[in-house]
Parts: sequence; C-alpha cells; structure tokens
Amino acid sequence: MVANSPQSFQDIILRLQNYWVAQGCALMQPYDMEVGAGTFHPATTLRSLGPKPWSVAYVQPSRRPTDGRYGDNPNRLQHYYQFQVLMKPSPPDFQNLYLGSLDAIGIDSQLHDIRFVEDDWESPTLGAWGLGWEVWCDGMEVSQFTYFQQVGGHECNPISGELTYGLERLAMYILGVDYVMDMPFNDPEASIPLKYGDIFKQTEEEYSRWNFDIANTETLFRHFDEAEKDCVEILSQDKLDPKSGKHISMVHPAYDQCIKASHIFNVLDARGVISVTERQAYIGRVRGLAKQCADAFVLTAAGGHVK
Amino acid sequence: MPDLLIELLSEEIPARMQRKASLDLEKLFTEGISELGLTYESSAAFSTPRRLTLALENVSNKSLSSVEEKRGPRKDAPEKAIQGFLKNTGLEISQLEVRQEKKGEFYFANIRTEGRNAADIISLVLEKTVRNFPWPKSMRWGQTLLKWVRPLHSIVCILYDEGESSVVDLNIEGISSGDKTVGHRFMGKGEFSVNSFEDYASKLKKEFVILDPSERAKIILQEINNQAFAQGLELISDPSLLNEVVGLIEWPVVLMGKLEHEFLALPSEVLQTSMREHQKFFSIRNPKNDKVVQFATVANRETPDHGSTILAGNKKVLSARLADAKFFWDNDLRIVNASGLDFWLERLKQVTFHNKLGSQFERVERISNLSEVIAKKIGCDPKLAKKAASISKSDLSSEMVYEFPELQGVMGTYYASEAGFEDNIADACKNHYAPLGPSDKVPNSIISVVVALADKIDTLTSFWAINEKPTGSKDPFALRRSALGLIRIIVENDIRISLSEILMLGNDRADIEDLKNFIHQRMKVFLRDQSLRHDLIDACLSLNEGNDLALSVKKSFALMNFIKTSDGSNLIQGFKRANNILVQAEQNDGVEYSYGADLKYAEEDAERDLFSALDIEEAKIRSALEREDFVEAMNAMANLRSPIDGFFENVQINSDVDVIRRNRLNLLSRICKLCLSVADLTKVEG
Repeated sequence: MVANSPQSFQDIILRLQNYWVAQGCALMQPYDMEVGAGTFHPATTLRSLGPKPWSVAYVQPSRRPTDGRYGDNPNRLQHYYQFQVLMKPSPPDFQNLYLGSLDAIGIDSQLHDIRFVEDDWESPTLGAWGLGWEVWCDGMEVSQFTYFQQVGGHECNPISGELTYGLERLAMYILGVDYVMDMPFNDPEASIPLKYGDIFKQTEEEYSRWNFDIANTETLFRHFDEAEKDCVEILSQDKLDPKSGKHISMVHPAYDQCIKASHIFNVLDARGVISVTERQAYIGRVRGLAKQCADAFVLTAAGGHVK
Repeated sequence: MPDLLIELLSEEIPARMQRKASLDLEKLFTEGISELGLTYESSAAFSTPRRLTLALENVSNKSLSSVEEKRGPRKDAPEKAIQGFLKNTGLEISQLEVRQEKKGEFYFANIRTEGRNAADIISLVLEKTVRNFPWPKSMRWGQTLLKWVRPLHSIVCILYDEGESSVVDLNIEGISSGDKTVGHRFMGKGEFSVNSFEDYASKLKKEFVILDPSERAKIILQEINNQAFAQGLELISDPSLLNEVVGLIEWPVVLMGKLEHEFLALPSEVLQTSMREHQKFFSIRNPKNDKVVQFATVANRETPDHGSTILAGNKKVLSARLADAKFFWDNDLRIVNASGLDFWLERLKQVTFHNKLGSQFERVERISNLSEVIAKKIGCDPKLAKKAASISKSDLSSEMVYEFPELQGVMGTYYASEAGFEDNIADACKNHYAPLGPSDKVPNSIISVVVALADKIDTLTSFWAINEKPTGSKDPFALRRSALGLIRIIVENDIRISLSEILMLGNDRADIEDLKNFIHQRMKVFLRDQSLRHDLIDACLSLNEGNDLALSVKKSFALMNFIKTSDGSNLIQGFKRANNILVQAEQNDGVEYSYGADLKYAEEDAERDLFSALDIEEAKIRSALEREDFVEAMNAMANLRSPIDGFFENVQINSDVDVIRRNRLNLLSRICKLCLSVADLTKVEG
C-alpha cells in the first residue's frame, strides 16, 4: 500500500465521507432505526422517487440477524456498516467518480485489477430493482453499483445512481486483516487503540444468541401485525391537519412502520419460525407497505408533487 | 465505394450478452440499410466489455432511384378526383400521362423516388437500431429516456474511402456521433480520433484494447497453456468460462498461482466449481494424478509490479473461499464417518421435493422401490439396485451440495465411497442424474442404468400425475430433459423393455398414454437432429404400440437408409399402390382379401414371377426379423421391387374372371402384409 494509505476502519469511513462531500454530496447520518441495508434509509428509498435532484452520502449500520456467527467467523456479522451514496440524476461520469473514491481509500488502480461484473440488484421487500455491477478488486467484491429503475413499484425518473460499500470487508482488504475482530477501529497509535473486536465482539455474541434462540417470537409476530396495521392507518388519515390547518401526508412516520415490519421479519426468519411458503407471503406484506409509502410520497412536495 | 465503421461505447456490458449483442447489431443494421436500398460487400461484428463494433466494406454511395407507376382516375372524372390524385402524387397535371384502356382514358403518374445518400440511410437505420435494440434486459440512466444495457456514452460512425473519412451525423438524445473513442479504462491515455477500421483496431491495440473476442480468447488459452506446459501441467478445458472471461477484459493478462497445500486434498470437482463460480478462475491440473494444483486468473491490465499485487489479492480471496469449501468437506466427512449416510437420509424427510409430491425422502423411497422392480426386468441384482437408489440422493443434505448445488451426485459418490459402499453402488449417486443434456454421456453400468431409469420414471409420472406438464417454453421441472434421458438410456444401452410397462410402475395417477405420446415426441425431436424423419419413426413405432424404443430406433435408421436407395423408394411406391388398390377393393366389395393367393390361378408370367419372389423373400424377411437384422429384412424387401413393378406393368387386376381377380387381390394382400410386418409403410410420407 502507498504511504498515505488508511490505518484504521474509521480512517476509511472518514476518507469516503470527505471524498463524497467533495463531490457535492450532502453528508447525512445513519437512520435511527434497525434496517437490513443502507437502501432502507428514507434518504435512499423515498428520495430516489420523484423528479427532484438529490445527492447524499452516509454510513448506515445494518442488521442481518441470520448472518450472526457469535463473532467467530472471519467476516460474517449480524451488525455491520454500509457506506451509501445516492445521486439523482445519476451523473454521466458516475463510474469515474466511484473509481476516484477507491483511490481516496488507498486502492491504486494502477496496481489493482478493478472490474465491473454484472450483478442486477433486486429488493423484493422494497419492490425495487436496478441494473449494475458488483465491483471487483483483485477478485474481491468491494462495492455494489446500481442504477435504480424501480422503487416501491414506481418507475424511477430521473434515474438514481446508487453505491453501496460493505465497509468491514473493504476495510479488512485494505488494511490486510484476516479476522474482522482484529481490525483497528481507531488509530493504532492512539493512546487508547481499539480494535473492532473491542467494540463488537461481545455484542455479536449477545445478538447472535438473542436472534437465534431467545427473541420472543410471539411478541415479534404481534409487533409485525401492529406495524403493518399502523402503517396503513397513518397513510389513510385525512391530509388536512385540523390543528395546523396544513395539508400533511405522514409518509415518513408510515415508512418507519414499514422499516420496523421488515426488521421484525428478519429476526423471525433468524429464529427459524417462518416456513419456506410463509416467507414469500411476509415479504409480500412488507412490499405492500413500501409500495403504499412510495405511492404517498410521490404526492408530497419532496416527492415533486406540484399542487 | 466507402467502408463504414460503427462503435457504440458504453459502461460495462454483461459478459453473457456481448456476443449476441454484436450479432444483433450486425443483423438489425445490415437488414435495415438493405431494406432502404443500400448494398455492401461484407460485414464484421466485434465486442468488448465496453463496446459493440460493426464494420462494413464497400457500402454503396446511394440507394438506387426508382420509378413507381400509379394509375389515377379517368380523364373525364370529376375535377375533385383529379385534384386529389395530383395532391397524392405531388405532380402537375402536365406531368401525368394519359393512356387509353378498355374502359376509357386514364391518367397515369410516374413517381420517381430519388436515390438517397448512404449517410442519410445509415444515420436513420443506426438510430432505429439503437432505439429498438433487443437487449435481454435494458435500463435508463440520468435523465435520458433512451434504453441501453448500461449507460451509452458515445457513438463512432464514419464513412471512409481512399484516405478520406467523414462522420455520419446522428444524435440520439444528446449522444452525438463522431470519430472519437477511448482505449482501455485504466491503461488507455484518453480520447483519440479514428479514420478507418484498420486505424481504429490498431489504435485500440496501442491503447490496450483487443477488439476481437476470439483473439482475446486465443491469447488467454495460449498464455495459460504455455505457463502450464512449462511446469508439466495442463489446463482443464472450460469453454463456457473462457467465453465469460473474454467478456470481462479488454487486455488479457494471465496470472497463475499455486493452491495452498491444505486445499490439495479437496476433490477436483470441488476446487474447480468453487474457483469457477466464485472467482472465474481456470483450473490447472497435474496430468500424472489428475489433481488440480494451480489456478489461472485473467486480469484486465498490466501493472508496474507485473501483477504481483493482483495475484496476491486474488490468492487471498481464493483462500477464504476454499477455506469455506474445506470446512464443508471436513464437516461432511465427519458426519459420514460417524453415521454413514443415514443421518442425511433422515434429514431428507424435512426437505420438500414438491408440495404435491411429498418430501425428498419419500421420493427416494419411490425411486428405490422402482429400482428394485426394474432391476428384475433387465437382469440386474435387485438388492444392489435398491441399495444404490436408496443412497443416491443422500448428498442433498450435505453442506457442500447446499453451497454448490451443481455438485449434487458428484459429492454423493465421494461420500458413499467414504461410507464404505462399493464403487458400482457409489457411482450410481453421480451417474443416475445422467444424461444431463443431449450431448452428455449416458450411464452404462447396469446399477446406474437402473437407478437413472427409476429416477426419470418417478419424475415424469409424478409430474404427469399432478398435471405439471411442460407448456411452450416453460419446463420448470426439466421434464423434457428427463424424457430425453429416459429415451437415450434405453436406446443407447439397447434395453428391451416395454415403455408402457415401466411407466405403469410409476405414479398410478399419471395418464400413461399422454406421457407416452410426450416421450415419442421428444424422441422425434432428438432423432430429427440426427436427420431421421418423424414419419419413419412413426412407421417403426406403431408396430409395437410405441413400446419398444430401442427396436424402433434401430429399425428407423434401417428404413431411412432403405428409402434412400432407388429400390427402396420404388418399393414404397409399389407397396402404396398395392395397398390403395386393395383397400379400395375391400371397401367396395365389403370383404377382406386375406384368403391367400394361389399360384394355380396365375395367368401371366409377371404374376408367376411375383409368386416365386414372394416365396423366396418372405422366408428371408421372416428370418431376418426374427434375428432383428433390419438391414437384411429391408434388402429382402428391396428384392420385391422389380417383380412388383413387373406385376403392375403387365397384369390387369380387374379380370373378367372373378376367381382370377380375387386371386390377384389376395396376392396384393400378401405383398402388403409382408411389407407391413417390417414397418408400417402407410405412414411413410411422399
């Protein structure tokens, strides 16, 4: 690696943030709910809809309960970080901008073999799909690169370009670490150097046990139903708020319930209580909510609706 | 006449789509310009991950002008009609011609369409081609409404002749045509102009792009073979992988590396599959022991460190992948060593095969019972066959097959050997899936044959029973493949077994006649590829009610060769003539002429000759059929040709003497019966 290559996990995050801020992105913060991927952040899901230009970057902690390995697997985690970029409309030089970000985190394209390998993205729970690639660096997947075509059942117009970096795997590669828990989180020269494991080893164990064996499935099933019901009820309210006299469609609060239902489904899945045939039905229910939220969003100002 | 160069530069096109896309471009574009009257001498299409390129030689400068004649109204027609015609044709009345016809004088217009410039036609057709391109999946980007496989960046479109080149103007939603392109994404130095195909291809090469995919493939193969050969190793050929890799690179650089020692004990198939599926690596084996010992990866660039960073990175990813594979293999072996295959068989109870057809466990039970019965019918030890069938799908529970479904069967054989089963039983795990396609090998060891038959019969009759038959292009359960497999196993192993009988051993709710029809259809499709006509198969199938596939196929081929000879085709005509006369006479007379003809009523020499020929050849045919020597039987039948022809030439069937007429019809009946005993020649067309 070159002399100014990153030394820690957070260094890579900071460099990505700085790079994309320099490209004009608004640096957002993680969404404050449990999500399965950075795509669920309303800054991506909802804002990729409608005609208004948009340009954001953010880190999103993501949870995939079924991927828990009690912190023992070299790189599988039930809680991990994604770095997400969304630009609407996708700029003509989006690929080059992306390659610039690799350079910023110490991947020198003169030394490495970087490829764009076909990988179409689909999220059945969000009713979304796009075309793009997984980006390989020396045979390893380092990012997902997608042009969104449809979200929440709506054709996108203009099209958003979306990037997702799986931060742990990417950082392990750059830092030359084989086991995620050994990866320096902050500067190894800091007065109190912390490794990834110092921060997350114990929580991986705790959540793995909880996700797989303890989470109360009865409660979760009930919460799923409630979230679903809430989402629909919020959206069915009269737009005219009698108190303020304004027209307010409560898309984001409704969408929160959709996110909640999606996460609850993921935990139930990890608990092994959802059969193969039921699976599709649950995914379909979440998709139904995402679609209703998308329908409502495009009728709001942020969704580009002109009264 | 000028040449034409077109390049469509985009972001990376999926490897699997490139070849067809370049051919589609060639086809759509050349058909388009031909339709508009341009000619060209030759065309060539190329693709790389980022470009589709089309080159045409000697394109005509203009389309030819043409004159079309249109008949107008009568000269004395109302003014309005005449004005309408003028408006329609865009001509003045003085330009019209008046011609005398039967019904009066009529106006005629000669409408001349001037030839159009090549550039205009090319521009028009290229835009139409781009807008209607048949990508399997296409997308929009940014704010464009145009669809392409990935964002389209630029278009080169130039016509050039004797050193002069000019851009053909074209603008598709903001993308204008020009004469500039770029080279390699990382190694190229940026934009450059081109003025001919030769110039384009050679500049691309200087900018680290090899335009022709077959040239890239050649370089990759040569380089791998050289490096492998130098170490006494050899490449395991993998054409479909090569095809894919060629679509991932513009500048191939082969890098080879050794597998780490701890992975060498993994089965070759596991190493190959893991490397191919996850990394798109080629496998390199040691020919002395057939072990995979190295890998070859193809990078898309040269580097100052001669690829060492790239190779190190790839090795690291590979190690992680193979560590996974080794983990599965070790875990699987631990289970096999602890409890044989029983643990996995038990687990199959929890795996649904199909919600109307029960679990995988129940499926295995059905196949085992079927194997036992089929074994008895075709001379195989029923106990061994049943045993082999009972473990044939145990590997579906293994971790390795869960990870790599394409290794089903292959792993089963490894695990069965590990569990102590003899080779002929263990091999059935792998072989009972065969054949996997029209060119895949058919199992030939008897136990594998039995289990493979049982597997296919269970699959076919089960899905027939729940009415999940293939329709059109939809065949989600690969039933056509099962049927073809069944046919090929029976035919290629020459198994003499009744199709109805074995199908009836399967699911008893299946409509066997319908299924049999389906199998016959598949057999015709398969044999058609070996240039066997469907009517010949029908002629041979119908004699045994379509039950003896092996016999029917053998006979069909003999029949095919027979009708190619002049004796053969004439004999068929003679037979048909005899048969027609006979059928007609039997219908009219309301009797069947099956009494047997008698030589003593023969009046003519030709009649007597036919009698004696029939006596000789009938004996030959009978004995040949008994020996199933169809060539011999047909040769004997061919000998009847000239006596039959002679008979028809010299003998009038309808004699005034009734007994003689009846005798002759009985003689025809004898001919027909004899021929029909070989094959149902009434079904032969033509």
